[in-house]
Amino acid sequence: MITLRVNGKDRKLDDIDPSTPLLWVLRDHLDMVGTKFGCGKGLCGACTVHLNGSAIRSCSLPISAANGQSITTIEGLAKQDSNGVVQFHPLQQAWVEHDVPQCGYCQAGQLMSAAALLQQNPNPNDDEIESAMAGNICRCGTYKRIKKAIHTAAKAEASS
Amino acid sequence: MSHYEEGRTLIPDVDMPAHVVDKINSAPAMFDEAKKGPLSRRQFLKLTGIAGGGLVLSVVVGQPRLASAETAEPDKPFAPNGYIQIKPDGTIVIAAKNPEIGQGVKTTLPMIIAEELDVAWSQVSVVQSDIDKERYGAQFAGGSMSTPMNWKPLREAGAVAKDMLLSAAAATWAVSKDSCRAENGQVINTNSGAILTYGQLASAAAGLPVPDAKNIKLKKREDYRLLGSFVTGVDNPKIVTGEPLYGVDQKLPGMLYATFTKCPSFGGSVKSANLDSVKQLDGVVDAFIIEGGDEQTGLRPGVAIIAKSTYEAFKAADALKVEWNYDNAASESWSDLVTKAKALTKTQGEVVSSKGDVKGAIEAADKVVEAFYTYPFVAHAPMEPQNCTAWYNNGKMQILAPSQTPQSIAPLVAGTLGIEESDIQVTQLRIGGGFGRRLMNDYVVEAAAIAHKVSAPIKLMWTREADTAHDFYRVGGFHNLTGGVDKEGKLTALRDSTITFYEADKDAAKPVRGGNASSGDLQCPEIANLSFEAHRLPLKIPAGWWRAPGSCTMAWVYQSFIHEMSAAAGRDHLEFLLEQFGEPRWLGKKKARHFNTERAIAVTKLAAEKANWGKPMPKGKGQGLSFYFSHLGYFAEVAEVTVSDRNEVSVDRVVVAADVGMLLNKAGGENQVEGSVTDGLSTLAGQEITFENGAVQQGNFNTYPLLRMPAQPIIETHWVTSKYPPSGLGEPALPPLAPAVTNAIYAATGHRIRTLPMSKEGYRIV
Repeated sequence: MITLRVNGKDRKLDDIDPSTPLLWVLRDHLDMVGTKFGCGKGLCGACTVHLNGSAIRSCSLPISAANGQSITTIEGLAKQDSNGVVQFHPLQQAWVEHDVPQCGYCQAGQLMSAAALLQQNPNPNDDEIESAMAGNICRCGTYKRIKKAIHTAAKAEASS
Repeated sequence: MSHYEEGRTLIPDVDMPAHVVDKINSAPAMFDEAKKGPLSRRQFLKLTGIAGGGLVLSVVVGQPRLASAETAEPDKPFAPNGYIQIKPDGTIVIAAKNPEIGQGVKTTLPMIIAEELDVAWSQVSVVQSDIDKERYGAQFAGGSMSTPMNWKPLREAGAVAKDMLLSAAAATWAVSKDSCRAENGQVINTNSGAILTYGQLASAAAGLPVPDAKNIKLKKREDYRLLGSFVTGVDNPKIVTGEPLYGVDQKLPGMLYATFTKCPSFGGSVKSANLDSVKQLDGVVDAFIIEGGDEQTGLRPGVAIIAKSTYEAFKAADALKVEWNYDNAASESWSDLVTKAKALTKTQGEVVSSKGDVKGAIEAADKVVEAFYTYPFVAHAPMEPQNCTAWYNNGKMQILAPSQTPQSIAPLVAGTLGIEESDIQVTQLRIGGGFGRRLMNDYVVEAAAIAHKVSAPIKLMWTREADTAHDFYRVGGFHNLTGGVDKEGKLTALRDSTITFYEADKDAAKPVRGGNASSGDLQCPEIANLSFEAHRLPLKIPAGWWRAPGSCTMAWVYQSFIHEMSAAAGRDHLEFLLEQFGEPRWLGKKKARHFNTERAIAVTKLAAEKANWGKPMPKGKGQGLSFYFSHLGYFAEVAEVTVSDRNEVSVDRVVVAADVGMLLNKAGGENQVEGSVTDGLSTLAGQEITFENGAVQQGNFNTYPLLRMPAQPIIETHWVTSKYPPSGLGEPALPPLAPAVTNAIYAATGHRIRTLPMSKEGYRIV
């Protein structure tokens, strides 16, 4: 049996092939489809989630390697306040305001990579953003807006 | 199947016969996006409340959900057409009719309605519409046609509704309609200052006859409040929180997961497969052969595997061993084609169109340039690999499809599986990138064919490798060009000898989809002597429409070669390019699709001005200028590059000048330009599909690279507002990018790139 803590909730998986990538566990077994399948080889970043706070490619992580560990997905990026009202992460807010998405398919992975970046470096410059985000492909070419939104979110967090 | 006519017609033919439309309209079930499982049509209509047309829920965050079946109010909602519903509780719902592939139409088309309706955007909830030709006309995402085709009908839909609300208010107050004014979802009595909201007027308006749109005055452009502003995508809140939206996100009760393995060489059929051992694998429910047919756009032969999860299906597909029959399969090799094409284009081809005496003019020219240009096949590579969910239950087929041509699905599936079209229900879903790939419904008919044999809903999922190797490719091309300038440095002649592919075993006179290399779309009306020649070759590799079909390659070839000619003449390229347009005038029959040199001149001058064209550039840096008119849009671009002595190219800045009549949504419009520039650079840099024995050699993003964030240039967009109707932005910003960059590399280095991708000539985008 595999146990995971996903977005703060304990989840148990009986009778699962231990080589199943975390991506497909989330999507097919736990019905959390925000994390996207893009390449299956860790090349595009669409499936990025946090494993114990670090950005990883869930398509390439066997579920056995995540056993007992803590996962955050795009569904867990926003927080609920004490009244149960959903509060967007500053990155989510900035993504909406700057109208970052085109097709939007890669954006969950972009956001999770960006969130991990801001955890480590609350005020990244352009070069730092580019190097942290180089593993996430956006076929629609929204990079300019992603960069802008990360700066906006960093400023919002600094002033909050 | 939908198809583009080659040449200047940009609208895919998605027309369906009326009887087909009727059958679709009477289809039984819809799927609720909120994952509640299938609903009856009656329940569904109650849920969404739009009479006569079921709509999938997709509500803007912060807006009230539509009334549920339990709480549906007794008062009559106001729904004068398929696009608008206003309820007495004040809810304003606008339907988005066309597939959203990232081009922004799920936001922009409803904005057009909201503008004429005079509602504040914050009051509006947008829902994705049903597939219903009668109510919505053609529904597709292609040719950048959503905006131009819907500009008038959607304004009329909004204006008619507003007129009825004004009539209802006038009747309520017993005043003339002239003393009523609409604003922000309410009607104001200009005599008394009294106010009635649209919600308060809904029931009264619902009882009025719908007036003829011809008699309703539309707003003047200068009175627009919403159109032209920065409006963010209606699905953004769902996208950033990971809510289910896309084809891949669909789940039906008891659903199984399917893969479909086809012959690596296109069109090969199945001799035998190790089905028995595959069926023994963990999680595998079934495996079977699908015979398929010869049509490229239809169901092809292959092996289906059904499993309890995607991973188990993929794993089983890896263990699948198929013996293929290659009798009817493609057998082309790219390197053979290149050799053949190089030799053929040196010879006289079939003259497709000509003007003047090109031979005489070249003989008389002061300087003659001959150059061979070639570009590769490329794949669409959308981030969301092909997928489709289907359920065949009690003789009815339910299809949840991320398709750019959803109206073409029912006829295709019905014809393939022998099901009545009336028994097929198609739901359109947000699409994780189209670029023309999903104008084809091959993956949809595969899902339907598999579902037809399985007693449960199935989701067909392609791998990335399958997506790359079973695409409908932008075809590669070959152009042997000859140009002449006279003693005054005027371009007097241009000849283009091309390879034009046709589908093997079909009409040789009909170029493959998106592959009319001899269209002669030069956009230089001042050149007196022209000849466009075709050498026709058969092709079994499937060809398709790739973002800005035709234009995406023609622009590079011609705008590069025109630059070669200006360099040969020793002239400034801005002056030389403007000279090719001649006097400001509208050519042809003054239709939007006919070239208007006035608009071309305006954007070219604006791009040059904004980029400070001709400014001194240090060694290793250069500027490149290009222009192209496609998909009704006029675009000029100036690229600035820095080239290192190791041929590393940094594209530092791209300045874009655009005329699409009027920019409807600043947010979505600029996003399209930035995306097109990036896509153009990505393709130019290193993308190439090659094939051996009719099988594609590339698979994942390691062999088919896409541009990443560090390589994206600074992009500046400048808009020319012209008096013309607005046109679409999904495509026309892309074609001028490649020649702007390669012209800039020439300016920086003196090296002319004539082979794409530029990595073939040793240049690397950094």
